[in-house]
Amino acid sequence: MDTATPAVTVALHDGEAVVASSSQVDARRHGELLLPAVDRVLKEAGLKLDAVTGIVVGVGPGPYTGLRVGLVTAAAFSSALGAPVHGLCTLDGLAYASGIDEPFAVATDARRKEVYWARYEDSRTRVTDAAVDRPAEIAERLAGLPVVGAGARLYPEAFPDARDPEHQSAAALAALAAERLAAGGDGFLDPLPMYLRRPDAQVPKNYKVVTPQ
Amino acid sequence: MAADEPLVLGIETSCDETGVGIVHGTTLLADAVASSVDTHARFGGVVPEIASRAHLEAMVPTIERALKTAGISARDLDGIAVTAGPGLAGALLVGVSAAKAYAYALGKPLYGVNHLASHICVDQLEHGKLPEPTMALLVSGGHSSLLLSADITSDVRPLGATIDDAAGEAFDKIARVLDLGFPGGPVIDRLAREGDPAAIAFPRGLSGSRDPAYDFSFSGLKTAVARWIEAKRAAGEDVPVRDVAASFQEAVVDVLTRKAVRACKDEGVDHLMIGGGVAANSRLRALAQERCERAGIRLRVPRPGLCTDNGAMVAALGSEMVARNRPASDLELSADSSLPVTDPHVPGAQGHAHEHDHSHDHDHVHEVSKENLYS
Ligand SMILES: [Zn+2]
Repeated sequence: MDTATPAVTVALHDGEAVVASSSQVDARRHGELLLPAVDRVLKEAGLKLDAVTGIVVGVGPGPYTGLRVGLVTAAAFSSALGAPVHGLCTLDGLAYASGIDEPFAVATDARRKEVYWARYEDSRTRVTDAAVDRPAEIAERLAGLPVVGAGARLYPEAFPDARDPEHQSAAALAALAAERLAAGGDGFLDPLPMYLRRPDAQVPKNYKVVTPQ
Repeated sequence: MAADEPLVLGIETSCDETGVGIVHGTTLLADAVASSVDTHARFGGVVPEIASRAHLEAMVPTIERALKTAGISARDLDGIAVTAGPGLAGALLVGVSAAKAYAYALGKPLYGVNHLASHICVDQLEHGKLPEPTMALLVSGGHSSLLLSADITSDVRPLGATIDDAAGEAFDKIARVLDLGFPGGPVIDRLAREGDPAAIAFPRGLSGSRDPAYDFSFSGLKTAVARWIEAKRAAGEDVPVRDVAASFQEAVVDVLTRKAVRACKDEGVDHLMIGGGVAANSRLRALAQERCERAGIRLRVPRPGLCTDNGAMVAALGSEMVARNRPASDLELSADSSLPVTDPHVPGAQGHAHEHDHSHDHDHVHEVSKENLYS
């Protein structure tokens, strides 16, 4: 599952291939869409949730409200069923899906005129930590590189070589996780949110008098 | 299986408390709370993003703690209830998502319920079944309302509400003017015990003969108290903090109890329930008791721990939903930050009652529950 971008995406992978998947792009309805999508995917595969032996969840970075829906759902599934949760960087799913075999970057929309981004050596190998920046501030560092994801399309002046896919897919995330699990299970993150920004919270100014001076 | 004493887990994340309660009928088995109130204190109020982050961190551990305390397995539950609103949207969404995931994974019916109705229903855990109808005065940092409920699962009628600040908000603001920190309720209550409630005559909002009988207003009071304090400070005099706290508190609870008792008399209701965080205020409890006794009204106030936000209240209402065969919510259930008080719960689009003969198979939550309720 991944809910860290406008896509609400769920896939079921049997270790060999993706059995069923669902992706809906709707930035405002992650909470409503996720469980029905899980249900659809399982029904399509003719399975119940308790058949699942592992849960893979995108830990972001991404807009927080949606991101938390996927993470708390994964944690609750795990608690109820006893299946382990494996976290993956959301950008890694986009990178894997791109299939690009040369250096490139992934950029998603971080709102507030910023992107979440990371650099990759190839579709399986991230070489920087995920970060959040203004496109103009990183355009020079990424000059000449293809850029995958919705962030590239939003800021064509900073990222002229935009590549597919635009949206995250749980199918790619699950396939990447299946590869890593088959290879011994390394390369996962704790299933905790990658926020990258501190919460917006202003310490109130000193008490202001009510009476007009 | 669910009989008249359903075993229900309730999740509450509408503000800064991650609450998980488990009840069996009207018996409380567990009430686990993780609060982020200390994190908010230095901001002088609840910061939504901080609350949401804390809910995510605490959610599953708090559920597991409640199950352990209750000594039950999640598979034994007859239903899972969650606050669907009103409250902070992002905070609600964490609880709603967790509730859906547990309900789906375990094949249990899901009940998205109203936070305000839950504040009323929690009293069943303390004083047994609510009389019907019940008059309820709900007072907290987020709400101040007079509600008349003929059936807490389906019929809650608002008689009046605050037209500006909530009662608890007024406590917080006055505490800030007096530099007493956040939240303001407990500290003002404590200081007021050593002060004179008649020392300063602060105004009673909306108490004129032409004012709406059941609505409240605390904004004018707040300004009057702040001005009084500023005038003292401007004159270089000491502010008698205890007298100010006592006189301010008296003005709030005088109006609250007077209007609540009047509503009971007007509607011919002989029970008054008081809930919400401000119901933990000792002076409110004492004055309500005094005035109810004089009016021949039976007062029901849960213990302070059940007045503030908690999961037990959500479980209490969820249990009542199961007992009364109210329709379950569906998997599309949304967090609704402005869920009207007239909706005690949010039934699924199918809207049919949750029945125990399992004759329906088009409601998924219901369908899955087939296996688990009887296995
Ligand atoms: Zn409340």
